[in-house]
Amino acid sequence: MPFLFLVAVLSAAFAVGAQDPIRVAIVAPSSIRDLSWSQSIHSSLKELQEEMGGESVLHIAYSEAMSSVSAASETLRGYAEDGFDVIIAHGTQYGTSIFDMAHEFPNTSFAWGTATDTGSDRGINNVYAYQAAAEEGGYVNGVMAALLTETNVIGAIGPIPAGDVRLYIGGFTQGVKSTNPNAEVLVVYVGSFSDIAAGTTNGRTLLAAGADVLTGTSQVVVGAIEAVRSAGGYWFSTQSDQGDVWPGTVVSSQVYNWAPMLRDIIGRFQEGQYGGVAYKLTLANDGLRIAFGTVDISPELLEAAGQAVEDIVAGAVEIAP
Amino acid sequence: MDERTLLDVLVAASALTLASAMPFLYSALGEVFSQLSGVFNLGVEGIMLMGAFVSIYFASDMGLDAGLLAGVLAGIVTGAVLGLVMAFVSVTMHADQGISGIGITLVGRGLSTTLFILLADGVLLVESFQPVRIPLLSDLPILGDIFFNQNVMVYGALLLVPLTAWLLRRTTWGLQIRAVGQNPAAADAMGVDVVRVRYSAVILGGAMAGLAGASMPLALTNVFQVNMTAGLGFIAVAMVYFGGWSPWRVMVGSLLFSAAYNLQIWVQVLDVKLFGETIPVNILLMMPYVLAIIVLVFARDMQRFRPQAMNRPFRRGD
Repeated sequence: MPFLFLVAVLSAAFAVGAQDPIRVAIVAPSSIRDLSWSQSIHSSLKELQEEMGGESVLHIAYSEAMSSVSAASETLRGYAEDGFDVIIAHGTQYGTSIFDMAHEFPNTSFAWGTATDTGSDRGINNVYAYQAAAEEGGYVNGVMAALLTETNVIGAIGPIPAGDVRLYIGGFTQGVKSTNPNAEVLVVYVGSFSDIAAGTTNGRTLLAAGADVLTGTSQVVVGAIEAVRSAGGYWFSTQSDQGDVWPGTVVSSQVYNWAPMLRDIIGRFQEGQYGGVAYKLTLANDGLRIAFGTVDISPELLEAAGQAVEDIVAGAVEIAP
Repeated sequence: MDERTLLDVLVAASALTLASAMPFLYSALGEVFSQLSGVFNLGVEGIMLMGAFVSIYFASDMGLDAGLLAGVLAGIVTGAVLGLVMAFVSVTMHADQGISGIGITLVGRGLSTTLFILLADGVLLVESFQPVRIPLLSDLPILGDIFFNQNVMVYGALLLVPLTAWLLRRTTWGLQIRAVGQNPAAADAMGVDVVRVRYSAVILGGAMAGLAGASMPLALTNVFQVNMTAGLGFIAVAMVYFGGWSPWRVMVGSLLFSAAYNLQIWVQVLDVKLFGETIPVNILLMMPYVLAIIVLVFARDMQRFRPQAMNRPFRRGD
């Protein structure tokens, strides 16, 4: 009898020790080292992995630079067939693929963004949607840019005029105007997410037009940041923290912190809920953070940024990009 | 912005037009050699990507820190090696040239991405070639700022135009290239080694595509990013058609395309109105490509300069 008890205890212990890790897969449109959109979700997931206890608790797989939607669709299906628990389709363009396969894998959680549609109105209950209130950090960056510019000309670069890009640039412009109505914001769109040479040309054009402070979103702007650095100007970032890469140029970065959302999705998965929530990253819920670089900035500027954050969190500012 | 004159805008746009035309000028000139010899190399895009990655990896202090010149040479050698692969597949193995080229592009895209992730951990920056003011000439009004305050790789691209024209028109090798592209059997009968000439042209074309790739991080962007050529290699191939296989006309096409892109940026910057309305950005972004298609339609007459044996593998006795 004692022997049987010992076996039972050991078996239980073994079962606990050998518990399968949660398996999370990301399909991202660009490199996970793109210093922007894709890097933000991968970094957040890695942070969460560390917090939860490492690879044995949270297993991460990813497929990056999936610019082809059909290839991404096959990859997403592959992860689902391989039994991944949570599958993150990190791009609006992957939405159709997710909804096509969600009903075939009812015990798999799918998440996609930038999006608000979880499909719950159509009876789908294993899809999450997510978006970032990019306009909030955009506004804060805009307030600082307005105080920094000496020429009163500020430039903003985006890949295409849509979604997250429009939100960020709209919020940024509003932040500038609220602080310095005389400052002008020149907005240009590159027409591509990957053509960084064109991004450089757009950046140089803004500098030639008199801008001394620039901002921009997505991985296409890395060449433009270099152009600003070469010209001795300032840059405001979004999505990932770019301060380490361009220490004397990037004043602050709006960082997308997906970790709380991912933690919640995993928690719900463990409780048997697979979808149905639309998340929104905000400054108030710690989904958005303002990370300062190493540029020397005045106390007034820091204070203005802090006040802008406070106002947004308190709902004292309405940002309508 | 209000006090900026139209002349200021045109000078700034023209200077940037030259700089941004540089990559596809290099690759299009290289493609002229390849296509005139009878080999249609669609692998330019992939070769450029590999040239871009290898060159910045050599030059950057985050990579091998071997300096800019070593970076340029590494880009050229990489391009030449991929050109050799293209030549082997299409000339020796007689494979379909279009498919082989697409294969090279896919390999270049995949390999450059993989190497970037493995070797560079995602970030590669470099202090690129700086503008060199040409004494006296750079002081010329207007022209000085446009033409004579560029970096050496822009000057190099422009100088390659007459050099390419001279090589193709005035040297025996150039004549042989055109001969094997027009009528390889006749050239063969005259004692020209068709295979050797095609190999040399395709390898040179590859080297120039590698140089084009190198020019992007080392003389324009200062940074590498996955898939950074974003279709420029295919535009270069289109420029060769537009230019009717003439280096001078290829240059005109490259500058026109680049000018159209730069001008639409200024239309965005200045918020130029049409009938009192802001022109939709998506329409503006399409303009360079619409222009390219229109020009290609009107340039169909250029087909008479098309190498007759292009896309046709050569087999002695066929």
